[in-house]
Amino acid sequence: MQRLIEGSEAIADAAVAAGCRFFAGYPMTPFTELLEHLARKLPEVGGTCINAESELEAVGMAWGAAATGARSATGSTGQGLALMQESFSEMTLAGLPLVIFNMSRGQADYFQSTRGGGHGDYRHIVLAPMDVPEATELTQLAFHLADRWRNPVLVYGDYLLAHTYESVEIEPIDYGTLPAKDWAVDGSAGGSGKSRLVSSLGMSKDPKRSVDPESLWKDVAKRHREIEATEVRVECGFTEDAELVVVAFGTAAKFVRYVVRQMREQGVPVGYVRPISLWPFPYSALAEAAERATRVAVFEINAGQMIDDVRLSVLGRAPVVAIGGISTDASGFGVGRLLDTEIIRERIESALKGQEVPV
Amino acid sequence: MSTDTFLPTDVPPTRPSHKVEQLKPDLLLHTNHHLCPGCGEPLVLRELLEVVTELGAAERTIGVAGIGCYTAFSSAIDLDLIQALHGRAPSVATGAKRMLPDRLVFTLQGDGDMVNEGLQEVIHTAARGESITCVLLNNGVFGETGGHMTSTTVIGQRTKNTLEGRDGSYHGYPILIGDLLAQLEGTVYAARGSVHNAAAVASTKRMLRKAFESQLRGQGFSLVEVLTMCPTGWFIPTADGPGYLDDVLGTVHITGELKADGKLVTTAELRARSQERARRQSAPGQEAERV
Repeated sequence: MQRLIEGSEAIADAAVAAGCRFFAGYPMTPFTELLEHLARKLPEVGGTCINAESELEAVGMAWGAAATGARSATGSTGQGLALMQESFSEMTLAGLPLVIFNMSRGQADYFQSTRGGGHGDYRHIVLAPMDVPEATELTQLAFHLADRWRNPVLVYGDYLLAHTYESVEIEPIDYGTLPAKDWAVDGSAGGSGKSRLVSSLGMSKDPKRSVDPESLWKDVAKRHREIEATEVRVECGFTEDAELVVVAFGTAAKFVRYVVRQMREQGVPVGYVRPISLWPFPYSALAEAAERATRVAVFEINAGQMIDDVRLSVLGRAPVVAIGGISTDASGFGVGRLLDTEIIRERIESALKGQEVPV
Repeated sequence: MSTDTFLPTDVPPTRPSHKVEQLKPDLLLHTNHHLCPGCGEPLVLRELLEVVTELGAAERTIGVAGIGCYTAFSSAIDLDLIQALHGRAPSVATGAKRMLPDRLVFTLQGDGDMVNEGLQEVIHTAARGESITCVLLNNGVFGETGGHMTSTTVIGQRTKNTLEGRDGSYHGYPILIGDLLAQLEGTVYAARGSVHNAAAVASTKRMLRKAFESQLRGQGFSLVEVLTMCPTGWFIPTADGPGYLDDVLGTVHITGELKADGKLVTTAELRARSQERARRQSAPGQEAERV
């Protein structure tokens, strides 16, 4: 059944449909409503939602729930997620599935999401939906991928995604069967000689291994290489004959796609690449699109972050220019004047002519 | 193997004496560890594991380890375990307990872990009345980093960053964590034990048992703080550890039950009681009566 609901509620419903049974968070705009909806919906299905005393505690609680094998999630805005980074990197090393929602203020958390603010060698799968229907699918996919890879997965949204009402139908999506969580601790293995240890330290109950961080870190790096090889998600439009390829992600990409489609109808040779997974980043798809283009333009609502990955993809095949920039409302929630199809069109036209766009 | 029964000495032994390995708690995979000679932490681990076995709870227990010297136990304990970050064990235990409410869930934390880094977490966990048991190994020093001041270091105690002894006006004052947590409504049981002599070890084991029993009844949060020797971190000869604990930490962090059966007793009251006991014991008249 189609329902017209707020993005936050749709994401909450999708999380519940995916089997999420634990959530902990700390209120912060524009993430707050997701916490509100889950506080209401999780107890209805026998789950738990805790309004934690801080982001540090929220992620710790989600960690404990995930370690028992439950589908567990937390979230905040980028600011709140900054406080959780130590746990995120450590949970990655511990091989724990976790879904993280960033209802960010604008798009300036690209580095935080894809590079992380935590310590050590770690990566998170990052999914960036452009609208509410896609968010409901990617939320369910996030729980599947987290379990499949035993790795945190971040869903990168923003104010518009959290607060836009769209018509959606949310049903559980079957992404295939997963192996049993034989690593999870449920307290039942005590005294058996085969009790479990969920640890990020490279410790083991095997006396021959005991402490071996090097092997653990190598295993984690191997897992991340496999993710890079299999989990790239990208949407490309008109790139086969585009002179200018515009790259954008998340909500901004929906605006860009609209403008590019409109310009194409009028015969302007533009195309777009929309990374859906920000990590792993669609390097190959972009490289291929850049092969035929004379210029690549990046529209992102920040001072220039994803453009680094675009340059790494293009590797000098075509000039890469920034056509986005800092743009926000007075509250700092990242809903600024640049999210306007007329302005985006002007900037794409400037880039086509090889003119500089003030960022 | 139980140590409660003693071999009779009036007849020749009918069984050989025990080797250390034979006295190993059932829930210990092996007796190897990397802790220093004279450390008090293995004593607490032993009694904790013994209590879990005695309660018949081995197959429904989840432990959450913090970061400190005792982290080395993780590879030797035959219980399902989650390794937490420094200070974060109470929230990790909360998540596990909420998903599996019928399990016995405990944390193992040091004073640096619980009272420094994780003070906020343990206070809120107690305030929520989470039915978990936090076990604090309190030696008043960061043992693993080599002997630095923690929030429980007592006034006058020398550490690597209180070289002339902790000075309240400069370094601040120690936190009596047991008192802080006992007064919260969500806390059902709080006690402070020690392992500096056999009587203290036995008393601490009773505290652990009461705490776990209160949790299994689903009554709320419980804390067992245990004063442990750290001769390495205190920069004293190994054999002086128990005496130093009794004289230095033990005169500030007084042992006893701080909350049990709904009754609250402050550390100040415990101190007054212990001073009264000492006064009576040293009075000649009282001595005669006791004999």
